[in-house]
Amino acid sequence: MPFGNTHNQLKMNYSAEQEYPDLTKHNNHMAKVLTPEMYANLRDKQTPSGFTLDDVIQTGVDNPGHPFIMTVGCVAGDEETYDVFKDLLDPVIEDRHGGYKPSDKHKTDLNPDNLKGGDDLDPNYVLSSRVRTGRSIRGFCLPPHCSRGERRGIESLSVEALGALGGDLKGKYYALKDMTDDEQQQLIDDHFLFDKPVSPLLLASGMARDWPDARGIWHNNNKTFLVWVNEEDHLRVISMQKGGNMKEVFNRFCTGLTKIEELFKAKGHEFMWNEHLGYVLTCPSNLGTGLRGGVHVKLPNVSKHEKFGEILKRLRLQKRGTGGVDTAAVGGVFDISNADRLGFSEVELVQMVVDGVKLLVEMEKRLEAGQSIDGLMPEQK
Amino acid sequence: MAGRFARVLSGNRRVGILSLIGAGSLTVGFFLNREQNVNAGANVRRIYPASAEYPDLRKHNNCMASHLTPALYSKLCDKATPNGYTLDEAIQTGVDNPGHPFIKTVGMVAGDEESYEVFADLYNPVIKERHNGYDPCTMKHPTDLDASKIKGGLFDENYVLSSRVRTGRSIRGLSLPPACTRAERREVERVVIDALGGLKEDLAGKYYSLSQMTEQEQQQLIDDHFLFDKPVSPLLTCAGMARDWPDARGIWHNNEKTFLVWVNEEDHTRVISMEKGGNMKRVFERFCRGLQEVERLIQEKGWEFMWNEHLGYILTCPSNLGTGLRAGVHVSLPHLSKDPRFSKILDNLRLQKRGTGGVDTAAVGSTFDISNLDRLGQSEVQLVQTVIDGVNYLVECEKKLEKGQDIKIPDPISQFK
Repeated sequence: MPFGNTHNQLKMNYSAEQEYPDLTKHNNHMAKVLTPEMYANLRDKQTPSGFTLDDVIQTGVDNPGHPFIMTVGCVAGDEETYDVFKDLLDPVIEDRHGGYKPSDKHKTDLNPDNLKGGDDLDPNYVLSSRVRTGRSIRGFCLPPHCSRGERRGIESLSVEALGALGGDLKGKYYALKDMTDDEQQQLIDDHFLFDKPVSPLLLASGMARDWPDARGIWHNNNKTFLVWVNEEDHLRVISMQKGGNMKEVFNRFCTGLTKIEELFKAKGHEFMWNEHLGYVLTCPSNLGTGLRGGVHVKLPNVSKHEKFGEILKRLRLQKRGTGGVDTAAVGGVFDISNADRLGFSEVELVQMVVDGVKLLVEMEKRLEAGQSIDGLMPEQK
Repeated sequence: MAGRFARVLSGNRRVGILSLIGAGSLTVGFFLNREQNVNAGANVRRIYPASAEYPDLRKHNNCMASHLTPALYSKLCDKATPNGYTLDEAIQTGVDNPGHPFIKTVGMVAGDEESYEVFADLYNPVIKERHNGYDPCTMKHPTDLDASKIKGGLFDENYVLSSRVRTGRSIRGLSLPPACTRAERREVERVVIDALGGLKEDLAGKYYSLSQMTEQEQQQLIDDHFLFDKPVSPLLTCAGMARDWPDARGIWHNNEKTFLVWVNEEDHTRVISMEKGGNMKRVFERFCRGLQEVERLIQEKGWEFMWNEHLGYILTCPSNLGTGLRAGVHVSLPHLSKDPRFSKILDNLRLQKRGTGGVDTAAVGSTFDISNLDRLGQSEVQLVQTVIDGVNYLVECEKKLEKGQDIKIPDPISQFK
């Protein structure tokens, strides 16, 4: 059952003005969009499973944000959230995803043959390659709202589907609450283990309830394909390997995802998807492809160039430290990935990463040799 | 005050009460509709049997986990209070926080006054365990805020550095911090600061809203050790008490800085009387006077505190039921604290030691926070007298040990008087 807020009828005893949150010190997408009028119009609504406006926005109310980092400030509790609260979520999506309109259609393309190149990124610079996305199982509530029964249902369906994978995808599931100390240590050493979220952005939305019940990690024996169950989304799917062969990583990613989807369909389940929003996930920032494809790459010279930020922007790429989001780069090694999620297909996004990283490595080599990179400046994609 | 159970319905709350009744029916209506929709095959919430929803409590060590059997969960899981508060919400903090092998937490909270009734089959055994055998079904809790009954209460200030009494109060008719809406929380703030504004003379003071205080005000409150901050303990955050922080939270204190009220932290109000030195009698006298005055002021406006004859004052955490009272001192006991009989002496005196940073802190040097163990089943006067008598005994022990004399472990005092 829901988290704290969903006895909505009680709130109807008070006026919208009395219930409207104080967003005066807030800087997130939700706060920019949610006017008192909008709050008044939406506050008596709920999705069929009982998710309400206040449930959607709680994380954004509790986390005012940062002057420089614009967080989303809302989450979905189920697939219908994006419809019932579209008056709020459409403008949030438009703002977050570069002007994506309510009438726009999102293209899904998981055919790895459509990716050109990507198998020749210089391993002297590109240390590792990775593609991740998320998937939600239609008919189940999302992590902010799901009950224990639902979450366990999701786990059990996922474990069954993953258990049927074969060949180089054959692997094993480790439930968080049952793993042995040795298994836990191995998963930590492999950098696979995820822990209870500590970010207040996630905690305030209720995603960490009942931890570690029905959470777990599945990975193939080769340790190149990994699935997180019931962390921030129903499923997070990750394909990764050392070196610069992004093509192989993306191949495995697409093959694995497609197989998993077939296995779910064979049991009468499908992923949440529609032609406007693509794959539906908990956070509006992950809609569309939910895809972050990236590399760990050595760019000690380029990263110090005054135009580094501009180059990344034009290439539609984003930099992070090698610890992931919110970390700083160590020793000139950056995590470079696509900035977009929605409005471009999977192939298009990974193509941008492949082409963009190739260019960045070229620039790095030139700067190393004391040459200029002015002639290499890209156009805005 | 004592003995009154019926709710006072005043003009400005009638709408609220009627709507609460309406909300109950609407809640029932929603559940009925939901089941119909499921039968009709529409894409609504999956309903699982209680056995599929029962939390995994095998690694848990808290009072809720000790008493919530699958059968009890099944019996209670579809119920809700008239405000819509459910069992899953009440136990969420205990599910999320398995506890510690040595420290047994309560593991559940109340979202409103009715929680203690609707989920009595779980709260009652939890209360009984936490409050050392107090049975809400059969026993009555005495409330006594007549400070004139206190004997003694002036400690030796060579040993007792400061004296303090705290409790909490909830405003009847408004949901508690785990469940309250923003409007309800703002209403609690409004009602309380309206009443506090009516306090006079040595109790006259000022309210500092957390969201509006200036930097100087904030620094002063920190220096005075008055400022409370957003809870970080997962025991509290998992219960939903920190939602919408810092909206409608604040600190009120009198000009003399001896009477302090926290608004909308873990409870609607936490009321604290304190001063440096050993005059516990005066601290308690001010405590009672302030509380009674605040109660009178809210009653003038048609409000009252949550209270009943079995559970006393109703607060968010079952551990604070009854008096909700913790009376204590910071006392220096360098010899006694090293004596192996120290713990036993405290036990028999029904006292508890903490570090001077409060619960979960360690003592610094040999200064301890010594306070009453019990909350429910004895009155405020009885508990404060217990602290006074007990601390006097501890100081006597300390003096004897200083002189090289021997001390005795006192007979255990009886628990429910």
